[in-house]
Amino acid sequence: MRNKQHHGGRGRFENNGGIELEDVEKVFTLRRRTGVLRRSREEVRAVDGISFTVAPGEMVGYIGPNGAGKSTTIKMLTGILAPSGGRLRVAGIDPARERIRLAHHIGVVYGQRTTLWWDLPLRDSYTLVRRLYRVPARRFHRNLDRCVELLDLGALMDTPVRQLSLGQRVRGDIAAALLHDPAILYLDEPTIGLDAVSKVKVRGFLQDINAEHNTTVLLTTHDLTDIEQLCRRVMVIDHGRLVYDGTLDGLHTLGESERTLIVDFERVLPPVTVPGARTVKTDGPRQWLAIPADASAAPVVAAVAAHHPLVDLSIREPDVEDVIAAMYARLPRG
Amino acid sequence: MARALDGLRAYRLIAAMWIRSAAAYRTSFLVTAIGSFTASGLSFAAILLMFSHVEVLGGLLLPEAALLYGTSNTALGLADLTLGNMVSLGQRVRDGTLNTLLVRPAPVLAQVAADRFALRRIGRIGQGALVLIWALAQVDVAWTPLKILLVPVMLISGAAIFGAVYIVGAAFQFCAQDAAEVQNSFTYGGNALLQYPPAVFAKEVVWGATFVIPLAFVNWLPVLYILDRGNPLGLPTWLAFAAPAVATALCAAAGLAWRAGLRGYRSAGS
Repeated sequence: MRNKQHHGGRGRFENNGGIELEDVEKVFTLRRRTGVLRRSREEVRAVDGISFTVAPGEMVGYIGPNGAGKSTTIKMLTGILAPSGGRLRVAGIDPARERIRLAHHIGVVYGQRTTLWWDLPLRDSYTLVRRLYRVPARRFHRNLDRCVELLDLGALMDTPVRQLSLGQRVRGDIAAALLHDPAILYLDEPTIGLDAVSKVKVRGFLQDINAEHNTTVLLTTHDLTDIEQLCRRVMVIDHGRLVYDGTLDGLHTLGESERTLIVDFERVLPPVTVPGARTVKTDGPRQWLAIPADASAAPVVAAVAAHHPLVDLSIREPDVEDVIAAMYARLPRG
Repeated sequence: MARALDGLRAYRLIAAMWIRSAAAYRTSFLVTAIGSFTASGLSFAAILLMFSHVEVLGGLLLPEAALLYGTSNTALGLADLTLGNMVSLGQRVRDGTLNTLLVRPAPVLAQVAADRFALRRIGRIGQGALVLIWALAQVDVAWTPLKILLVPVMLISGAAIFGAVYIVGAAFQFCAQDAAEVQNSFTYGGNALLQYPPAVFAKEVVWGATFVIPLAFVNWLPVLYILDRGNPLGLPTWLAFAAPAVATALCAAAGLAWRAGLRGYRSAGS
């Protein structure tokens, strides 16, 4: 096991909302029974030498297939897991060494798991958060009132967390993560399972928070629309390595990813031909048209509508797996 | 030290929140507290039943045996009230909720211990204390200042010894997540042992409870001193006063075990 030690060298983002990783590794040892008494040890490099820097106030998407090392990275950035090697600084703090000090600077939201107290009403959970984080009363009420208003929590304040729907609970969790004005917000699949209205609400709220408080946001998601609307920068991790760091448009170009325009015509038509799109599938009066993800759909929609009688249409965004798979198909790995 | 104070503060805040939330259901609290009182009282009924057939059990009369019972139950009750929830650690490791505690600005031990703080557990303390008070009034003892002092010292040390067992058990659950039953066998099982005079057990059991898992310091050794009885292992009587030292050493060991367990978890993950 490589074990790099980095001493000294103060971070560039001392005590503010920046994130720095330098050759960060996380190696898990799996013990497996191979016989009655024999055990084999196997090393799994969940994170295999990742370096990146996130400036204060940046909103960055962190994506990758399941098991790529996303959650492991987040766990190291929040101080839950200690890295096996490399150097990490979050707001100038070494997360593994000073977990409790770091906790005051970060907010964490898991879409699939609540950080709230399951049996307590939201109101009690928030009061407890306020006391644990020692948030001054005025600041607490200002932040809470804002969250309650923008995330529509007013009617839910006296409901125990376990009785909330998924969407309500995630909104409740986001509010809880922001009551202490964290400089950095980690969001792990924050829009998973949310309905369209909730998604729009959550995204809008995150944008406002970022604009107002310059909160750094690191977001993992499977919904590329989240990233499109929130992040100028996206990082892709796979097999524990960073394989892309740049704009979402750049990723689409690289992955040749396509959006799909699903069109219902009034009657069965032969495959339509419009500039900027190609028909990939037909089924009765319904046709599927592929458009490059970095191009606008508007001219295609206009062209289709101008020449054919339309009943309905919808657009499907490419998902993370598609984009990454396409990217690999084009780029040899390594 | 600052960390310990932080932990106590977090413990107080979380426990207070659970007490307030339970106060909303007063009837439920009363019923469960009385349930806890009655359930732990049943074991005393068993002892009473035995003394209805024999005058002396393991060399002790009823009030003397009741002194053992009352001290052990009160000590365990105190530990159970404050640290009983540590048993849930394995569950938290399994379902991943331990991670949510690690992103909060408070020591994890305090957060796990205070979670779902159940004041109804006071039922056991109440029941143990009642028996203890009755026993103290009934026993035929030539009280000296030292013996009087030994009673509260024994209760506090005993609670600390049981508390250390709760924490060691929780630390063990970092690697064996379904070991909650092992822990229960040492706490509740240990209590069942300490309710009876040591003389009724085999020497090996008493030896193990003295030197391996030093539960004998919870009440056996101090009570036998108060009653002026020699102990079955023929150990010096001053050992009764080692209870605070044993409790301190166990708590320190438990603290180390907990830190090692948590460090292992944070380097290996779940």
